[in-house]
Amino acid sequence: MAPLLQVRGLTTIFDTQDGVVHAVNGVSFDLNEGETLGVVGESGCGKSVSMLSILRLIPEPPGRIVGGEVLFEGRDLLKLDQNEIRKIRGNKIAMIFQDPMTSLNPVLTIGQQISEALELHLNMTKEEARQRTIELLRLVHIPEAESRVNDYPHQFSGGMRQRVMIAMALSCNPKVLIADEPTTALDVTIQAQIVDLVKELRRELGMAIIWITHDLGIVAGLAHRVQVMYAGYIVERANVHDLYANPRHPYTLGLLRSLPRLDARTREKLTPIEGLPPDLITLPLGCPFYPRCSYRVPRCLDENPALHAVDGQDGHEVACWVDVTQREEIRA
Amino acid sequence: MTRYIIRRILSMIPVLIFISLVTFALAHAVPGGPFDREKPLPAEIKANLNRYYGLDQPLWKQYTDWIGLTRNPSGEYAGVLQFKFGPSYSSRSRTVNDIFRAHLPVSAQLGFWALCIAVGMGVPLGIIAALKQNSFWDYFSMAIAIFGVSVPNIVLGPIFILIFALTLGWFPVAGWGTPAQMVMPAFALGLNSSALIARLTRASMLQVIREDYIRTARAKGLAERVVIIRHALKNAFIPVATILGPMFAALLTGTFVVEQIFAIPGMGKYFITSITNRDYPVVMGTTLLYAVFLVIANLIVDITYAYLDPRIHYE
Repeated sequence: MAPLLQVRGLTTIFDTQDGVVHAVNGVSFDLNEGETLGVVGESGCGKSVSMLSILRLIPEPPGRIVGGEVLFEGRDLLKLDQNEIRKIRGNKIAMIFQDPMTSLNPVLTIGQQISEALELHLNMTKEEARQRTIELLRLVHIPEAESRVNDYPHQFSGGMRQRVMIAMALSCNPKVLIADEPTTALDVTIQAQIVDLVKELRRELGMAIIWITHDLGIVAGLAHRVQVMYAGYIVERANVHDLYANPRHPYTLGLLRSLPRLDARTREKLTPIEGLPPDLITLPLGCPFYPRCSYRVPRCLDENPALHAVDGQDGHEVACWVDVTQREEIRA
Repeated sequence: MTRYIIRRILSMIPVLIFISLVTFALAHAVPGGPFDREKPLPAEIKANLNRYYGLDQPLWKQYTDWIGLTRNPSGEYAGVLQFKFGPSYSSRSRTVNDIFRAHLPVSAQLGFWALCIAVGMGVPLGIIAALKQNSFWDYFSMAIAIFGVSVPNIVLGPIFILIFALTLGWFPVAGWGTPAQMVMPAFALGLNSSALIARLTRASMLQVIREDYIRTARAKGLAERVVIIRHALKNAFIPVATILGPMFAALLTGTFVVEQIFAIPGMGKYFITSITNRDYPVVMGTTLLYAVFLVIANLIVDITYAYLDPRIHYE
């Protein structure tokens, strides 16, 4: 079966006063039906920009999608005209965003904000849309949905607002839900509730999910596959089990080491990754992780490794010249 | 909401009492009096005039007479509380009430049209400039705005007359009464305000269209027109509403300069000349009237806030 969504060589840049920022550099991946794909990386690694680019939601200017294709239901989303991409947005592919406090319009009721998509994409009448909105609010477990539909966003807590965002995103039964760090702005107990809610809705509705986060812990319990991004490149991709059990990219290793583990036998120290991500205006010729890498070899400086399969593991790919399982780490 | 409005109206009373006190004190603190001339009046005549108008009374008595709390020299309660603002010393035959009745409608009419021009031009220009940021339309709108802000109406008025009245002959040079006579003064008065509104609308709109909820609206698949009208405009208008209050009061009460240039029989002239003439009742009457306009305009703005932004809630 062909994947639901195929992204090939997606490249997005931003024209700024200091120069061209290479935010996304030829990202390719597939998303299968019903699958949850985790996208992991630190701030500014291009994970949000690449996913926003799929729906062409990056602000232009300064942003520009300069290459690649996004195949969805046999069409390239990057080539659609404005009217056609709008029929995809919120309808076939929906998004939820990081900060529920600012992502809802403060001057419109949540009922108005949810039902406008229903009226637009599903041609519902005002009354039908209202009924469906109440159902959706119940679906995301908002108590007293009938009366709360007339409330404004400021009358909801952060967690409740994120539920509203989810209800809004799921209103038109999308095939794909892109969740852009939906739990980052919430406190930990609310995070867990939102993750549970998404799992439950995934079971009931069967949509595919792209879950962007910098929290490897959340992805572990939620995603089927994970891809790790660094400096606008995908550096490693694997099934969720393989990625945690058998990481192959020095960056992934570093991320995992900086995470506390409950199953650690000894009291291991957490080791942060030294250094900072590279300047995306002047990308290095070779591997962008080279300056921070503890497995680096001379070749890394001249050639940026492409993503290639890891022997013996189905679907595990890594972009590194070095086999980290075979080499000693250089300790600086 | 009703309770809030009642409370706000009640709280205007101390504000207005304070303003009346300050105006009264300042007007009387200015050296000279209403009957001082280059060629001094005979002392007896001056004394008679002062007695007639009650200016020989102690200051506190003059104030309470003016407010209408005590009997004035004619033996009646005739003050602000009775809606009587007293006589005008310089135009003898008329009271301040007569002046208001004759000239305030003219200024109000001029102010109303100026405000229409200010909002009608300023808001669309600001929106276009923000939506087409750094394009021709942006620069065009902001060029008009900078022109409007930096060219005072004392320059603008004569330029209008020169171009549109004398050269092109579209409008009469001056005067008041016909719609054609209102066009140039209304523009001369309103252009400055429209420029302010345009700049504020642009800044506010630029901020709003970068908000997360605008991205959410786009992610829903809404057409750009709907995103702007439904999701951005109401939010962007909140700061603009703030300046509309004082602007409304200022335009409504007219301006001396524009009224002079276009020979318009408005309030502005009386406001200015009454000060040099030490025409105390006119000075105090006009100031108090402007103050009332200003507090009412601000109340309207605050009520508008609650309508625009559901987060603002008055108890």
